[in-house]
Amino acid sequence: MDKKKKRLFIRGAILLVLAAAIIFALTSKKETKVLAVGDKAPNFELQDMNGKKVKLSDYEGQGVFLNFWGTWCPPCKKEMPYIEKHSKEFTNKGVQVLSVNIGESEFKVNTFIDQYGLTFPVLIDKNKSVSRNSYNVVPLPTTMLIDKNGVIKQIVTREMSEAEIVSLMESIQPE
Amino acid sequence: MSKIKCQCGHENPFGTVLCEKCGRPLTDEAQKSEMVDMRYEGSARRSQTYKKSVIDKIWNFFSSVKIGVSIIIAVLATSAIGTIFPQKFYVPVSGNDPSEYLEYYERLYGTVGKLYYQLGFYDMYNSWWFKVLIGMLGTSIIIASLDRVIPLYKSLTKQRTKRHPSFMKRQRIYGASNVSDPDESFNNAEKALKDLHYKVKVEDGAILAEKNRFGRWGPYVNHTGLIIFLLGVLMRGIPGFYVDETMWIREGETREIPGAPGYLLENVDFSVETYSKGEADEVFGEAIDNNGAIVSEFKSDVKLYKEKEGSLPGSSDVEFMKEYPIIVNKPLKFDGYSIFQMDYKTGELKTMTFSLMNKKTEQSVGEFTIDLNEPAKDYDLGNGTSIELMEYYADYDGIVDGQPSSKSPIPNNPAFIFNMKTPEHPDGEKSFVAIRQTLEVEPNDYEAKFLSAETRDASGLTIRKDKTLYILLLGGIVFMIGVIQGSYWQHRRIWIQKGSGSEMLIAAHTNKNWYTLKKDLDKVKEVATLPTYTDKQDKEAVIDTTEGETK
Repeated sequence: MDKKKKRLFIRGAILLVLAAAIIFALTSKKETKVLAVGDKAPNFELQDMNGKKVKLSDYEGQGVFLNFWGTWCPPCKKEMPYIEKHSKEFTNKGVQVLSVNIGESEFKVNTFIDQYGLTFPVLIDKNKSVSRNSYNVVPLPTTMLIDKNGVIKQIVTREMSEAEIVSLMESIQPE
Repeated sequence: MSKIKCQCGHENPFGTVLCEKCGRPLTDEAQKSEMVDMRYEGSARRSQTYKKSVIDKIWNFFSSVKIGVSIIIAVLATSAIGTIFPQKFYVPVSGNDPSEYLEYYERLYGTVGKLYYQLGFYDMYNSWWFKVLIGMLGTSIIIASLDRVIPLYKSLTKQRTKRHPSFMKRQRIYGASNVSDPDESFNNAEKALKDLHYKVKVEDGAILAEKNRFGRWGPYVNHTGLIIFLLGVLMRGIPGFYVDETMWIREGETREIPGAPGYLLENVDFSVETYSKGEADEVFGEAIDNNGAIVSEFKSDVKLYKEKEGSLPGSSDVEFMKEYPIIVNKPLKFDGYSIFQMDYKTGELKTMTFSLMNKKTEQSVGEFTIDLNEPAKDYDLGNGTSIELMEYYADYDGIVDGQPSSKSPIPNNPAFIFNMKTPEHPDGEKSFVAIRQTLEVEPNDYEAKFLSAETRDASGLTIRKDKTLYILLLGGIVFMIGVIQGSYWQHRRIWIQKGSGSEMLIAAHTNKNWYTLKKDLDKVKEVATLPTYTDKQDKEAVIDTTEGETK
């Protein structure tokens, strides 16, 4: 009887290991890691238009409205004035707008800032390492709503209306 | 939990056909048969009685050779189906839109293509069920091998020199008769077998001569190799073990290397060199005459940078590592990664040079060059003349919503708004300049005229890292060792014993190559008087001997 138990135990253990291997083969190898709601937003360090280094972690304790954009992207142009309009009132409520341009020239970004009168920090991701590798941003515009703990609350991969922008900013407002 | 007790006193596990020790047939079937099945030495290779628990049922399922073969056929069939139409990876569809894939398969292959897509064959090798099938194959290999190799090993080590006559009688090669001097025959046979390099054991008037038992382990060594191979493939799923990525990088750009976090690559220069007729006339002369240029080298001069320890993505705080010219088959190697030259694109605009012309005199008052990827705002031409770049559209796409617009950030069709400041017009004259098109609000005295353009190339590179390569190699080598071991070494055994009176018994068994076994026996018979043997599966031989006996 003892021998039978031992055999059962060995067989069970071997089958368990093999099952684990199959499960591992099924779950591993996600082609690209894509950020999802609930993930910790990866920290980064980019320079703003005045050459000042800006880190995401500088805004710990505040909500961050992180917008990825390009000057050539029409929906980005449409939503930008609304973001600018509400950025100021929400800065006082603890929500910071950070916008990341994907690797364009300073000239283009500067003319864009002048044209739309942007006052929030605009960062150029020259090597595209933040947008393409860390955040894996594909469509533009992409907006990530990050709460005061640095956790991604929502990911919007399309143009937002003014009402949406306001409600999204409210959603990450620290109490 | 019944054990089978043999007449010799040995206790065999349930399911044993031939006693592990003396070889007496234990089942009714074996007792009635004229010849016994010697596979796995008649040992109990599976415990069919243990069907009680779920674990035993699963175990027995995978232990079955029938199931194993079925799995192999299923893997073969599905793998073959996967090659009928191109897999997803090779389908030229941008993005990940399922409807576009469906459209692609339907357009090219009709209804069958649509079905192919819908059944998931278009991404077969990554599908969960294909992976499960491979996993089941691995499980079957491991369990079926364990269930056979352990009893086989046990029975081969336990086998006794002196077997019971009923075992001898049921061997394929068997002979018994009276000889004139059994002792002399016995001693001569022992010596002859030793001369033939058999391992000879003598016990109580019985000889067991054995050779190349090691060949019996071939299949299991081979299976071990397969398992190592599968393990290596499995390890590709562990982060950092396997990378296969591609990147496009233009001259002058610095990009983070996909799959190699923390490393950046700068493309300094891409070049294509061709053979000149002079240097390679002998080899390529004719081909050059027929086809024009023949490429001798695709080269990307690159610089590798590493982000400093603890620095964040996007940080400009990087450390120069090395400079390297990547050419085909000479990849840039660092930290287990290899970066290969794979592809290139030429002819993307890099700079445009304009000349500022006085329309009346048709005289140039100066030239300026605009870097299309990092344009400057002002261009001083001297003598109170300067150009202010007011707007720049890299990929001009007409007027949208009353504004000029660009459809991408790539300078495919550059357009500019210049403010030309001259001594006559210190506030400037505005002009919109696109390729072959100049628009003015009101007629200007000056115009920016396109002179020349420079282009830049882009390199297509592949990033590879494979830490599992040596594991796969090891698996392959072990696999081959198993194949060789099982193919070229045959496990031969010859039993000779003295029976009652002057009778002698002879029996022999091998797992393959019976011809050589018989040749060995014949050599022994040359020096020792032994009974004539018959090969029960050799029809002609059986007839011959029966005829011989009746004569």
